Amino acid sequence: MSSPRALIADTVPFSNVDGPGNRFVVFFQGCNFDCIACHNPSTIAVCTHSATRERSVDDLLVEIRRAAPFLSGITVSGGEATLQAPFVAALFAVIKGDPVLRRLTCFVDSNGSADAETWDRLLPVMDGAMIDLKCLDDDVHRALTGQSNRAVLESIRHLHSAGRLYEVRLLIVPGYNDDPELLARTARWLSEVDPHLRVVVIGFRSHGVRPHEPALHEQSAAQLAERAAIVARSGALDVVVV
Amino acid sequence: MEMTELRSLVRGVVESGTLGYDQKLRRLAMLATDALEYPELSDACAAALDKRIICDMYEGHAPFTPRYVLPDYAVALANGSRHLELDPPDNLEDALAFLQIMYAHIPSVTTYPVYLGDLDRLLEPFVDDSISDERLDQLLRRFWIALDRMLPDAFVHADLGPDDGRVVRSILRVERSLRQVVPNLTLRVDPARTPDDLVLDAVTTVFETAKPHFANHPMMVADHGEAYAVVSCYNSLKVGGGAHTLVRLNLKEAVRQHVGGVDAFLEDTLPRMVELTAELIEARIRSLVERQRFFDTHWTVAEGLVRLDRFSAMFGVFGLAEAVDLLIEHEGGSGRYGHDPDAAAISYRITERVAELVAARPIPYCEGGGGRCYLHAQSGIDTDDHVTAGTRIPVGEEPDMLTHLTTCAPHHRLFAAGVSDIVHVDDTARRNPQAVVDIIRGAFAIGMRDFTFNLDDNEFIRITGYLVRKSDLVDIDARGARHGSDLLAAGSEAAYHLTTRAVKRIGCHELTPRADR
Repeated sequence: MSSPRALIADTVPFSNVDGPGNRFVVFFQGCNFDCIACHNPSTIAVCTHSATRERSVDDLLVEIRRAAPFLSGITVSGGEATLQAPFVAALFAVIKGDPVLRRLTCFVDSNGSADAETWDRLLPVMDGAMIDLKCLDDDVHRALTGQSNRAVLESIRHLHSAGRLYEVRLLIVPGYNDDPELLARTARWLSEVDPHLRVVVIGFRSHGVRPHEPALHEQSAAQLAERAAIVARSGALDVVVV
Repeated sequence: MEMTELRSLVRGVVESGTLGYDQKLRRLAMLATDALEYPELSDACAAALDKRIICDMYEGHAPFTPRYVLPDYAVALANGSRHLELDPPDNLEDALAFLQIMYAHIPSVTTYPVYLGDLDRLLEPFVDDSISDERLDQLLRRFWIALDRMLPDAFVHADLGPDDGRVVRSILRVERSLRQVVPNLTLRVDPARTPDDLVLDAVTTVFETAKPHFANHPMMVADHGEAYAVVSCYNSLKVGGGAHTLVRLNLKEAVRQHVGGVDAFLEDTLPRMVELTAELIEARIRSLVERQRFFDTHWTVAEGLVRLDRFSAMFGVFGLAEAVDLLIEHEGGSGRYGHDPDAAAISYRITERVAELVAARPIPYCEGGGGRCYLHAQSGIDTDDHVTAGTRIPVGEEPDMLTHLTTCAPHHRLFAAGVSDIVHVDDTARRNPQAVVDIIRGAFAIGMRDFTFNLDDNEFIRITGYLVRKSDLVDIDARGARHGSDLLAAGSEAAYHLTTRAVKRIGCHELTPRADR
């Protein structure tokens, strides 16, 4: 059988910001959210830009093997990796079946929109998921992403009960989801899912983001720390600020 | 040297407002030996030295101490010292005082010790349950401050690992809290013995002080046996021995003497250059051993702290990057070392050929190296200009880290006396130190011998390999330098514009610079 193929925007052999340890990252092309704060908007559309090309599992394995001695694992990101779940499952399965590569952990960095059936397909070969929660409030979530958050909240619960929720990320976009009361509510909701959940609070950075009306603003480090403190106060969550 | 020239140089040193008292003493001693005749060389060898195709590191005309001495401090701690009238210590405080006294009497080309011992192994036996971690930190902190204030620069080196223990953990805590230049540090890592958690502790120390350096313990043991250490500016040598001298071959200049392509270089020019280097090494060793008679006269030999049969010499190479690029030009190509697999292939042919030639050339008084020199990828001195240290990829031109490491790694097995590539990590690694542990583990797995990390925003930077604090470089002309290495760094700063570079790492220095500069 020929090696499965997928549309891939880019790969990075070493990353220290996409999960635990040093990781090989595959950025898939195409996303079902259209986030106004997306820092990599060229990966949203299912069309090709300069670096994007269709690649097979075997193509990726050649690159992964070269980097493997230096890695804790690999992370699929995007775009939205779960839109190409069969490919991801095939890639992870090969890694888990390979005597040299099987020590690598396989992580999914996702917007959380996948349904339970999709996650269940990945779970047997996936070690952890990192889920972006753009906002607990559905109206704000729609304003930020163009989509409802229902599937995202469901994914968080589902992955936690399967023991594969590595972290939830909160991207703080001033004027949208940085309301203190909303953040406190978000933290309470996350604590109910898992009182010791690892929560990464990320400050909005305008680098790479498309122009937006009204303009989006970055917050100061102090403002971000204050927002993170609100999240940390509301539970026993393991809060990391980036 | 004519007497008038000597007088003018001496006057320059004694009247300097920048050199400290100790620095003046060392330079005056250097000028004095340089007034003697050089060991006898053939005309070809003298000409190559004069053109600096081969370089004696300005060690002086009449070496009266080996370049690097690695005393076996365990022998001293067990037996005491008759020469120093010291009984063997039986508790931690006495052991620290014992070592501190001993350091004041250990020679090297720099006049102070370049090796302080495998401090965790040496001190662990003195640490029992009666000493709390707080007390241990307090004592080691005092010891550490003394080392920094009493020993002149960052070529002073202590070794740690590969096993975990209370002393190594305490030293790392003290390092992080004091953030000193002295001593430099190496952690030996054995994947089978060194817990990831200890490597992680060392990595968080790198974020504070750009130390320790990391050494591939199993690879070093295979070359030197268990009793080896990394000293000075990343030279790996036998404990209880050392290196008589370091002579380095400038591969870039060697290629500039050559007409033709790679094959002719490897078969004709390179063997001639290696022989000239070996001749210079042999002449310098004979001068040290037979004329100045260090091994017949020094107390460290008499008390069994070092033995002549554990010494060898270091055969250094540098400028590989430029040599490769020039040879490709000679052949009408355009590839560059670090960016092109064909260039990498040529680089491996060069270092393998050097290793073969050095292994075929017996050198007297080098039983430590089986009667041969140790190869060393030499990391530069402050006068080097437009030539890259050792086997490194030129500063600022490094490819992505994976390509960087996989390009440099194949050289490492050949260089028993050390390579010291410098790996740059950006600030995001602070939040994910495990990623750096992964890189260390991977680098050793693909056969790297030793390397150092530099962090983008670190207060500590490496000038050619040794450490300086950026804040120590400010106004150095006006107020003078406390560490001798800061003064060297100030010279290198001007040459390399280091602090303004986006990527701050560079080759090294292992020596007092020329006495006349």
